[in-house]
Amino acid sequence: MPDNLIPGAILCLPFAAAVLTWLMRERGHNRAAWLMTATALLGLALSLWLAPAILAGAVLRQTIPWAGSLGLDLVLRVDGFSWLMMLLVCGIGALVGVYARYYMSPDDPLARFFALLLAFMGSMLGIVMSGNVIQLVFFWELTSLFSFLLIGYWHNGASARDGARMALIVTSGGGFCLLAGMLLLGHIAGSYELDAILAAGDAVRAHPWYTPTLLLVLLGAFTKSAQFPFHFWLPQAMSAPTPASAYLHSATMVKAGVFLLVRFWPVLGGTAEWSWIVGGVGLVTLILGAYAAMFEQDMKGVLAYSTISHLGLITMLVGLGSALGVVAAIFHIVNHATFKSSLFMAAGAVDHEAGTRDLRKLGGLYRVMPVTATLALVAGAAMAGVPLLNGFLSKEMFFAETLAARQGPLLDAISVVIAVAASAFGVTYSIRFVRGVFFGRMPADLPREPHEPPLWMRFPIGFLALACLLVGVLPGRVIGPTLRAAAGAVLGADTPAYSLAVWHGLTTPLLMSVFAFVAGCLLFASLRRRFDAIETAPLTSRFSGRRLFERALAVFAADWPQRIERLYPSRRLQSQLLWIVLLALLAGGLAATTAPLDFRPHWPSVDPAFALLWLLGAACAIGAASQAKFHRLAALVLSGGAGLVSCASFVWLSAPDLAATQLLVEVVTTILILLGLRWLPKRIAGYAPEGWRQRFRRRRDIVIAMAVGVGVASLAYAAMMHPVADSISRFFLERAYAEGGGHNVVNVILVDFRGFDTLGEISVLAIVALTVFALLRRFRPAAESISAPEQQRQQTVLENGAPGRAADHSLTDYLMIPGLIIQLMAPVIVLFGLHLFLRGHDLPGGGFVAGITVAVALILLYMARGARWVESRLRVLPLRWIGAGLLLAVLTGLGSLAFGRPFLTSHFQYLELPLFGDVPLATALLFDLGVFATVVGATILMLIALAHQSLRRPRQAPTAETGGQG
Amino acid sequence: MELVLAAAIGILAASGVWLLLRPRTFQVIIGLTLISYAVNLFIFSIGGLRTGADPVLHEVAGDVAQYTDPLPQALVLTAIVIGFATTALFLVVLLTSRGLTGNDHVDGEDGTP
Repeated sequence: MPDNLIPGAILCLPFAAAVLTWLMRERGHNRAAWLMTATALLGLALSLWLAPAILAGAVLRQTIPWAGSLGLDLVLRVDGFSWLMMLLVCGIGALVGVYARYYMSPDDPLARFFALLLAFMGSMLGIVMSGNVIQLVFFWELTSLFSFLLIGYWHNGASARDGARMALIVTSGGGFCLLAGMLLLGHIAGSYELDAILAAGDAVRAHPWYTPTLLLVLLGAFTKSAQFPFHFWLPQAMSAPTPASAYLHSATMVKAGVFLLVRFWPVLGGTAEWSWIVGGVGLVTLILGAYAAMFEQDMKGVLAYSTISHLGLITMLVGLGSALGVVAAIFHIVNHATFKSSLFMAAGAVDHEAGTRDLRKLGGLYRVMPVTATLALVAGAAMAGVPLLNGFLSKEMFFAETLAARQGPLLDAISVVIAVAASAFGVTYSIRFVRGVFFGRMPADLPREPHEPPLWMRFPIGFLALACLLVGVLPGRVIGPTLRAAAGAVLGADTPAYSLAVWHGLTTPLLMSVFAFVAGCLLFASLRRRFDAIETAPLTSRFSGRRLFERALAVFAADWPQRIERLYPSRRLQSQLLWIVLLALLAGGLAATTAPLDFRPHWPSVDPAFALLWLLGAACAIGAASQAKFHRLAALVLSGGAGLVSCASFVWLSAPDLAATQLLVEVVTTILILLGLRWLPKRIAGYAPEGWRQRFRRRRDIVIAMAVGVGVASLAYAAMMHPVADSISRFFLERAYAEGGGHNVVNVILVDFRGFDTLGEISVLAIVALTVFALLRRFRPAAESISAPEQQRQQTVLENGAPGRAADHSLTDYLMIPGLIIQLMAPVIVLFGLHLFLRGHDLPGGGFVAGITVAVALILLYMARGARWVESRLRVLPLRWIGAGLLLAVLTGLGSLAFGRPFLTSHFQYLELPLFGDVPLATALLFDLGVFATVVGATILMLIALAHQSLRRPRQAPTAETGGQG
Repeated sequence: MELVLAAAIGILAASGVWLLLRPRTFQVIIGLTLISYAVNLFIFSIGGLRTGADPVLHEVAGDVAQYTDPLPQALVLTAIVIGFATTALFLVVLLTSRGLTGNDHVDGEDGTP
């Protein structure tokens, strides 16, 4: 495989594996775990394949064009730094996969867990490999999302849900800021390509928008990497299963923030703002995290605060502003990932074996699990910065950098003191962590009898501990070339000379280390009892970020919306509609005064016949309006009359397609409403006395309605009299036959030129039909809410009174003659529908009309013969029709992609068929067939769902389920 | 011609709006139907009214001026179908509200059942 295709493969692998894991969720948890491990190993192998090129300093690039005109392509870019991150993500991913196989209980939904881990791995790889900053933000948000799902994995626990929600709000809020920052950055640099932005560092720093851009990008980085004051989400995220904590919340995801800082250091770094904000935030986070970690009682809590502290250290290194600081930051990213994830896994192993993570309850486990204890001891020593382990090396570099910083004498002194203090705290909590769990007296009342975890659970811990040791002893051999490639990728030609040796002589940093170590030990010895005695850290716990966050959430998500809702005048639909109408009226009136239109009446054009037609139409409309309250059937008939008149107007005004559609829709709508009428309560004129309030309201509404009518009429008149500009209709008329192959321009527009709109429309139709179906199933009115109709009751009495008569005897020949006629006509109507469909491309007709026609045929059968009769003879599967129709329409559209044309391009030619002659065959016809099937299915589904509401239940079982499904 | 159609649109809209402001669900549904007639006719008429123009292309296309404007027709055709779908949806919401509240008031609060 050529090198520049490998990044794409590495990115796609985890996502494909995630889908696969999800699909085979029934097949046990072993496979999911091994699939994850294998995927990660394969990703690792592919990454290592790139090693020669990357170590030589090459930058691999793979571009998949997408929306090029917007500057958005899928760009994968692998340089030394992202390669290092890829190794981390894949390597630790493989170890976590093995670990989780033994850690997780087989009773948990493991496919979901592993699928989420895999999807996270893909998203994280996406972040580090992104060569386009918008794409980077996309993957960034994906990691937030998967982190949310993983924290909330055991969603039965309230703490998991709260922690997940908090993490999501903080990190995705930061992601939103990051997006804004990236848009600004892209705007300043003139491109969203990472390379272009990296090259535009000077322009960015000199730009007036530099500060807002910097702040937005930093907000993104700080929230993700749990920097003060956003650090509070990370301890809450510890409700995640431990493998996820080890992977996301120590090794990889939280590193995305510092990754971003390092990545954009050449662009945004080096200014006073950068040093102050990044350095300051890093410093505060460093000391705060280390301080709080000492007082934690939960093993994972200690590790979480320690992670915060170490991330602060990395942030501070980047903030110090020197190139050496960046090198140290990259080095510490790797070191921290190795020792911290191994410690997390050890904590998980202890939890798994002993049943608790509380430092006060644990102790002396060295005797029962010596291997785990030894490994944890090594990793803990690395965390404390003990020589000959990797943590020591990067801490030395950190001390050297704080000593070298030049921000003013006072600040320098402060940062050196804080660095040493935080380091001493780090020693203290490391000792407390290791000693509290593995040494001392073993308590007798552990929830479980602890013993050594299985080999493969120890293996990942051991592997990482070994890595800590190897890097610590032979840094130049083990990590030297990789680190050089990573630093070179970020810093370019400015890469400073540095030495990775273990022994630099008796230097000030070494003395600081020794001092911190001794101080930490003394601190632990003197305060041991106090640590165990108190619940929360003194001083800082009063300013709990978590409480602030919850307070803010309550204010923004509950209090304010409620207050705004109270400002709203009414919850009642009637007054809301009134406001809408009044506002529309006001807007229209204002527009009419500012832009006067030509309202002069033009009498000679009035056609008396047309006027007479609309006299009828107007009477129908007004009649419907006045009768709708007490005489619903009359109102329905009258509104149908108005519909018919508008249908006739369409014929009059040369729009046969519209007329046909309107006519058929009219029929179906009327049937639909007729079916619903039965469920409305009876209302009799004069029954309820009418107060002055109702009378006032009615008069007011008449005035409003008349104002609307006059306004709309004048607007319509002005619009009709306005000379028509040369619209795009000309284009359609000229190309309909030449390019769409049809004479019926309206149909060609629907299925060809604007096929995408039609696709959307039939989707809406399908969704509405399904909604109708679902709503009726769930919320239908109870059958007893309406008494049986008068006629039905009389008939029942009659039948019960006459012995020897079967139930529903009088219905046996109900609508006999019409039923027979309809039964005979139904196939003819269907045939007519097909005719309408086939000729649609050249003559008035088409998928919509044909679909409704066929639906009408079926519904007539239902009306004449009853639902049971039809359904015992005909299998009506409206859902299949809808599905098949949508599928056909989409597939037809996709078909054009196979020929290298855009979605929904149609092709046509004439085909000579025996008997039929020339038949126009356009792929648009297939699309129209999809429209046809969807319309048939949707219409029938709605009508049948309603019809089943009124289905007469067999009288033998009056207590049967209401409505019944036939 | 234009005058009659404009008046018709106005009357349909006025009747519809009046019904829209009524308290009963059935009135609102009929009101929406009438308003949709008005709106469809309005959109259709935007391109100017033509009587006796050809809606379908001849074999030899000739001058495009002799044909009706297909664009508003295509727009209204989809509007009619979507209007049908929304009417159906509203009808079911009406039934649901009837089932839940026991009456046919739009806000579900009514003394009479």
